[in-house]
Amino acid sequence: MEAMIHSVNVDYSYHHEEKEKIELVLNHINLNINKGEFVTILGHNGSGKSTLAKHFNALLLPIGGTIFVKHMDTSEQKHRWDIRQNVGMVFQNPDNQIVATIVEEDVAFGPENLGIAPDEIRERVNYALKAVDMFEYREHAPHLLSGGQKQRVAIAGVIAMKPECIVLDEPTAMLDPIGRKEVLNAVKKLNQEEGITVVLITHYMDEAVQSDRVIVMEKGEVTMDDKPQAIFSQVERLKAAGLDVPQVTELAYELKKAGFDIKRDILTVDECTKELVRLIERGV
Amino acid sequence: MIKDITLGQYFPGTSPVHRLDPRIKIILTLLYIFALFTIKNFTGYILFAAFTTTIIYISTIPVKYVFKGLKPLLFIIILTAFVNMFMTGGVTLFTIGPLVATYEGVEIAVMMVLRLLFLIIGTSLLTFTTSPILLTDGIEKLLNPFKRIGVPAHELAMMMTIALRFIPTLLEETSKIMKAQMARGADFESGNLIKRAQGLVPLLVPLFISAFRRADELAIAMESRCYRGGDQRTRMKQLQLSKVDYKAVALFIILIAVLLSVR
Amino acid sequence: MSVKVENLSYTYMIGTPFEKQALQGVNLEIKKGEFIGLIGHTGSGKSTLIQHFNGLLKPIKGKIYINDIDITEKKVKLKEIRNAVGLVFQYPEHQLFEETVYKDIAFGPGNMGLAEEQIRKRVHEALKLVGLNAGILEKSPFELSGGQKRRVAIAGVMAMKPEILVLDEPTAGLDPAGRDDILFQIKALHTKLGMTVILVSHSMEDIARLVDRIIVMHEGTVAMDNTPGQVFTEVETLEEMGLSAPQITYVVRQLRQRGLNIREDIFTIHQAKKELLALLEGMK
Repeated sequence: MEAMIHSVNVDYSYHHEEKEKIELVLNHINLNINKGEFVTILGHNGSGKSTLAKHFNALLLPIGGTIFVKHMDTSEQKHRWDIRQNVGMVFQNPDNQIVATIVEEDVAFGPENLGIAPDEIRERVNYALKAVDMFEYREHAPHLLSGGQKQRVAIAGVIAMKPECIVLDEPTAMLDPIGRKEVLNAVKKLNQEEGITVVLITHYMDEAVQSDRVIVMEKGEVTMDDKPQAIFSQVERLKAAGLDVPQVTELAYELKKAGFDIKRDILTVDECTKELVRLIERGV
Repeated sequence: MIKDITLGQYFPGTSPVHRLDPRIKIILTLLYIFALFTIKNFTGYILFAAFTTTIIYISTIPVKYVFKGLKPLLFIIILTAFVNMFMTGGVTLFTIGPLVATYEGVEIAVMMVLRLLFLIIGTSLLTFTTSPILLTDGIEKLLNPFKRIGVPAHELAMMMTIALRFIPTLLEETSKIMKAQMARGADFESGNLIKRAQGLVPLLVPLFISAFRRADELAIAMESRCYRGGDQRTRMKQLQLSKVDYKAVALFIILIAVLLSVR
Repeated sequence: MSVKVENLSYTYMIGTPFEKQALQGVNLEIKKGEFIGLIGHTGSGKSTLIQHFNGLLKPIKGKIYINDIDITEKKVKLKEIRNAVGLVFQYPEHQLFEETVYKDIAFGPGNMGLAEEQIRKRVHEALKLVGLNAGILEKSPFELSGGQKRRVAIAGVMAMKPEILVLDEPTAGLDPAGRDDILFQIKALHTKLGMTVILVSHSMEDIARLVDRIIVMHEGTVAMDNTPGQVFTEVETLEEMGLSAPQITYVVRQLRQRGLNIREDIFTIHQAKKELLALLEGMK
């Protein structure tokens, strides 16, 4: 598989100019994110996940090690805009990333910065707004939209730059359940239908279970990196890292602890029911 | 339409005046002011009034709305009339105590008041019929040629756009913080001036902190969307001149010609 | 201290083209010492409702009684009502403004006109209630972590010793560990101090864990008002209103549909484990 983002021994500190004691926010991060993957990064606040995300499009540069985006070294100035066009970023607060006063003009902001011809920008804007189901809102004022809608506009703004990868830094943290669902569905669709690589940072486990791969960060290090089933079956380890597990996973874990032969890699309601029915029908 | 709810006094519509290219509209507003200042007699003012009335009629802006715009400036208008009436030398018309009003004074006062009225009406027609967004675009395009002499056309326009975008957000935030502090017993309404000013601290500090945080996050978001200033930037929406624009320009040329001929 | 709302209606921007009815004939009663969960999706009127409890909004129609005092009457001193009903807004850390944590927490008691010594006592008590230690008092609130800031903000309301505490999504945007801490503290306020607590939340899992009674708001009216067990069994109704039930409820439903004899009103992991263990043990 071809690498989209490749991180080699990446170190970072916010206070590296003051030489005395360097507190590493990122400590030797080695990571490979492949093209077309949907990866979730979990970790409690201060684990370094947002800092890492900002390295993926050269908003931050490592103080040690190297990050490659499509084989381009992010620390090389000449690649900067190329990298930012390829790796789009969506942030937590929907209000603070929308620039223009009309939805379609905001979506056009990225392509305009890239110096694309007006006709093509129009095409891209329409395509991007349709991709996130916001086309009918193209002439609305962003501040009157719901949180989920604003966040989808922000995603459209990134899509219009035709990136190969989108990094979303807690895009659903400030949304209500409906908004969360809307955003996650939009992201999944882009991954599945457009083949866009997705890196999703979140605190919500129900979002993480829908991805291909989960990375857990603690104190600036990657401590777990596996398929969701493999990650979530380690209930105690996740709890120690200050993370949640889905209710059904926890239930399975509790029953297992009580001595029943139940699968531990349960992630969804359906899987849980199936497993419980199997257990009961077998008469234990 | 929801998109039309913006700040300022924009009055949504689809009249020919609304449809004018914002660049043309700004230039015509300047021409309007120029024409106004060429007028030297009442014939000119009558013609000008007829012209202005026609434009207001075409624009479909309610007359009531137009006059509302005059209210805040009423004091200045009255003051101007007063000063001119009594401070100009000439043949005495009447006296009030030590104040002497002259024929010449009254004439000048009337002229000045008319000039002020038209000036305000003309410029407010521009803001009534142009959304702030288009206005910003128009200003940017018109200032573009002056970039070479150091006028930051793009930056000014960007600042205006961001301000327009964030004013509603910050207003909402202001009311939220105010309520939160009131829930903690803050009082924004009573007390003398100093006390009230002090009372604003719990509102202003969080508001500033939030504005700075927003600015910071917006800057990062813009940077990650490849924003690097106005150079090599293109625009999706191109301003294009249409028939209405040519007609409007022709109309203005006629107006000025007529006004000059009756001088 | 009790809350009673009678036929309450409220309309935003009344008399303008932007008029919007937010509450429509709301009736409810909350008794002293209850722990209420207030749910409803964005725009259902729950935030509007809670702002009536301490007189921040004045009803267009209807009455609000706090301890049998009608607070819509002109002669009522709103300041006293606000001391009795503490309102913690969403993202309360955004209201911090003082140079030190101490001064910020002291803002509320100061506005009540208390003596310096009493204020000091209250600040220390409030700080303890939210699980912070005195070492933090002389720090600037702006140098604290997100979770700490939020606790300081909550302490600012607690220092006024309200008898009713209303919290609007107190865990929004926190990571799982931060969320659990805050919820634990809130639960303690209820059990140890016997405080009446009204918790607004989008998280059904959190609500399920904590409250005695759930009030569901929908389109400006009270749509449901019952125990969690009863409310969560009506999954269809909840979903029609853009809400959902905890994962466990769905598992139990599916099991019942498969003909298993398990109680319907189960919504926490703990209950589910107990029930399933009884069921499985019985089969051994």
